[in-house]
Amino acid sequence: MLDILLDILSWILLLGGALFLLTGAIGVLRFPDFYSRLHAVSVCDTLGAGMVLLGLMLQGGLTLVTVKLMLIFYFMVFSGPTAVHALAEAAQVSGLDPVEDDREDG
Amino acid sequence: MINLKHPFNLSLFLFAVWLLLSGHYTPLLLTLGLLSTLLVVFIAARAELIDHEMQLVLIKPGVLLYWVWLGGEIVKANIDVCRRILDPRLPISPRMIRVRATQKSELGRVTYANSITLVPGTVTVSVEGDRFTVHALTREAADDLEGGELNRRVRDVEQRF
Repeated sequence: MLDILLDILSWILLLGGALFLLTGAIGVLRFPDFYSRLHAVSVCDTLGAGMVLLGLMLQGGLTLVTVKLMLIFYFMVFSGPTAVHALAEAAQVSGLDPVEDDREDG
Repeated sequence: MINLKHPFNLSLFLFAVWLLLSGHYTPLLLTLGLLSTLLVVFIAARAELIDHEMQLVLIKPGVLLYWVWLGGEIVKANIDVCRRILDPRLPISPRMIRVRATQKSELGRVTYANSITLVPGTVTVSVEGDRFTVHALTREAADDLEGGELNRRVRDVEQRF
């Protein structure tokens, strides 16, 4: 019984993660400039990949595989923002101006 | 915080990681693992990579509490950004803002800058001393950050590292 429950939860996480990854990809296409596209990438980086990893951990159970998945998650939490920051700073240093929009939100 | 500046501590830590990742515990492979650990530490020492940044931040209850809180914020921000991505009108109002970091330590400021970037909707673009330039996707995200709650929480958690 618990097995089936864990399996269902794991699949919810996997599919939810896939949905966030897809939404992030759509965001990369729709957003107007380089800087705003970084925010869409953030979505893939955090919740998208995070939920997929969590779903895989549930599939792995209490094994060494799960420990490795946790390590992947740990490293991603630190390397993701560092990479995004490096990209953003490189864009700013090379003189790319962001599209600014002062109109009220939706 | 555990200091890994001493080559012995660093070797011990790296070998523990090796043991965790390999899953093979025969004498031959253990010897090879130990040798490769020592080789890595030797190369790192020769390349002068072992400096004050070689610290292991332990996950104490207070720090864990911060990560859980940040996780909640990340989920909320993710849902908000996704809602905007899928909205046909694309209701965003991107802007650059400047915020001040009031953390005392370098590690505290790094944690703050990384936390800002980790939350979708805000990205730390540049860091000059305690001045951060942040790109925000929306007015709300910018206002939230300028409210200073994240800054305060990182300053509190920095004392527990």
